Amino acid sequence: MEYFLELFFGGLTRGSIYALLALGYTMVYGIIQLINFAHGEIYMIGAFTALIAASALSMLGLDGWSLLAIAGLAAVIYSAAYGFTLEKIAYKPLRKAPRLSPLISAIGMSIFLQNYVLLAQTSDFLSFPALIDEFPFMEDVTIIRSSELVIISVTALSTALLTIFIKFTGIGKAMRAVAQDRIMAMLLGVKVDRVISVTFIIGSALAAVGGVLISSHVGQINFYIGFIAGIKAFTAAVLGGIGSLPGAVLGGLVLGWTESFATGYVSSDYEDVFAFGLLVFILIFKPSGILGRSSAEKV
Amino acid sequence: MKIMNSFLTVLVMVLSAAPVFALDTIKLGVAGAHTGDLASYGIPSLNAARLVVADRNAKGGILGKQVDILAEDDVCKPEVAANVATKLVSQDVALVLGHICSGATKAALTLYKDAGKIIMSSSATNVELTKSGVYPNFFRTISPDDAQAMLQVEFAVNTLKVKKVAIVHDKGDYGKGLAEFAKGFFGKKGVPPVLFEGITPGAVDYSAIVQKIKSSGADAVVYGGYHPEAAKIISTMKKKKMKAVFISDDGVRDDTFIKVAGKYAEGVYATGPIDTSKNAMAIEAIEKHKKTYASDPGAFYLNAYAAAICLLEAIEKAGSTDSEAISKALRGTWFDTPLGKISFDERGDALGIGFAMYQVVKGRYAEVGK
Repeated sequence: MEYFLELFFGGLTRGSIYALLALGYTMVYGIIQLINFAHGEIYMIGAFTALIAASALSMLGLDGWSLLAIAGLAAVIYSAAYGFTLEKIAYKPLRKAPRLSPLISAIGMSIFLQNYVLLAQTSDFLSFPALIDEFPFMEDVTIIRSSELVIISVTALSTALLTIFIKFTGIGKAMRAVAQDRIMAMLLGVKVDRVISVTFIIGSALAAVGGVLISSHVGQINFYIGFIAGIKAFTAAVLGGIGSLPGAVLGGLVLGWTESFATGYVSSDYEDVFAFGLLVFILIFKPSGILGRSSAEKV
Repeated sequence: MKIMNSFLTVLVMVLSAAPVFALDTIKLGVAGAHTGDLASYGIPSLNAARLVVADRNAKGGILGKQVDILAEDDVCKPEVAANVATKLVSQDVALVLGHICSGATKAALTLYKDAGKIIMSSSATNVELTKSGVYPNFFRTISPDDAQAMLQVEFAVNTLKVKKVAIVHDKGDYGKGLAEFAKGFFGKKGVPPVLFEGITPGAVDYSAIVQKIKSSGADAVVYGGYHPEAAKIISTMKKKKMKAVFISDDGVRDDTFIKVAGKYAEGVYATGPIDTSKNAMAIEAIEKHKKTYASDPGAFYLNAYAAAICLLEAIEKAGSTDSEAISKALRGTWFDTPLGKISFDERGDALGIGFAMYQVVKGRYAEVGK
């Protein structure tokens, strides 16, 4: 039972990171029907920003939770700025182009950002400080570690805040309107450009949160970490039903658990086989994903 | 016509007399890729042989005879290697330094064996060449492919007294290859692995596999792969307060590993090549190459340099070019070479070269055993 719980929380932790990233994919897709392939890179940039900020701040003598909070905030702001700029540079000029063009642009931005960090920082792996302190009361608990608990809680909190934001604020309402019908929303006076920018900012901020948390958890980063995480999170978003916010979270968790249990009870050799096998299986029976709504193509 | 005939007679006499003069030299065949794609692996060995021989000849040769090099190019192709072997045997070489590639070496070996010729390679790492026991005439001054795994297993079982072992690898050629050798050796030692699994490099975290290692009750983890994953696994293990020792390979015996894993690297074992950079003979050999060829020596240079020294010394020691006597001398003598003091075991693998076990002590790799 203990083994099961350890795998459960391990999967939940990994799934939370996937979920934070998948939210960004799904929000952008919901609003402009674009797969933002550069999203994984935003996550990586968030982690790098936190590392730089944390190194600078710890030299000033800060430590513990304040260090995590300030470094995390710096990462969120910086990544959000990147997300905002990314949209303005790479996607906005292509808003009226065929759907394939922004997709190619996204892949290009992904490669560009990876290489930019490679050149501006380093190709080496870097050690990432453990920003999350061990809780004293967790001393004797073996099934879950403090950093895992923090990752799971932060994800839950972020998801809750996002839901409130979408449901109850004006801009949230505008986002839902644009997602339903962009042209109609525009005709009714919704500032579509602003809504899209806000979407990118929120998505990027969530990705940065994920990047900082997981890097602190595993203790290392390099310029390439966004790639695999991005692919997995995209898978999670499709699994849960792309365009659906609860779907992205559910997809992330299901993927995390599948990988964790597949490793724990079968073999880690087949971790990815199980993850993608599950995706295929679900898409056969529910082509629009677990919580996705099958919408008729607009004519 | 008559004049022509007598001319031919003279010519035949001169030619048949030639081997009589040649008996005054000892012929050393040097076979390997000297042209083609893989020439960069073969040329350094040829250069090494030339330098060692020139050095020796200047000091009066061996057993009072000068040494002659017969260089033959096999372009690392098995079929060409067989021709080269036939040619060298027919020219009655005393010994052969080569070949370079394992495939070519294997193809040539039977021919040398039938002719009773000793051959020593500086670069053929295929395990079967020595372990099969089929080629008693074969020696090498490089570690076989499974040497690291062998060292890991011996160290784990004999020194660390490991009872239960988990083997993890990164599914790559290098990591998985080593892990499979280690699995075989552990089995032979009576410590069959409780876990043998591959992980996906670059995954977000490895908590599930670490959990699995923990519940398997292993007291040692042998990891085949590179340092980024090793750093993630060892830090996750230490954070979960696991006591199991972590043993890895050359891919982890890298200062980047210590830098990334930080305090969690402490106590980790890793095999790595024995350090020859401070060996006086190695420094001298490299200087010589730079002076003679105006370039840095390439791959396997020191191995070939050591091989040439061993071969020539063995003739000296044996007192003749008789193969039996030479192979006895090779197995029974410790030679001073740029790779350190080396000798050869029953199968023809060199002793005293290759890998050593290192451990991270106070943030640095320190040698703890050979």
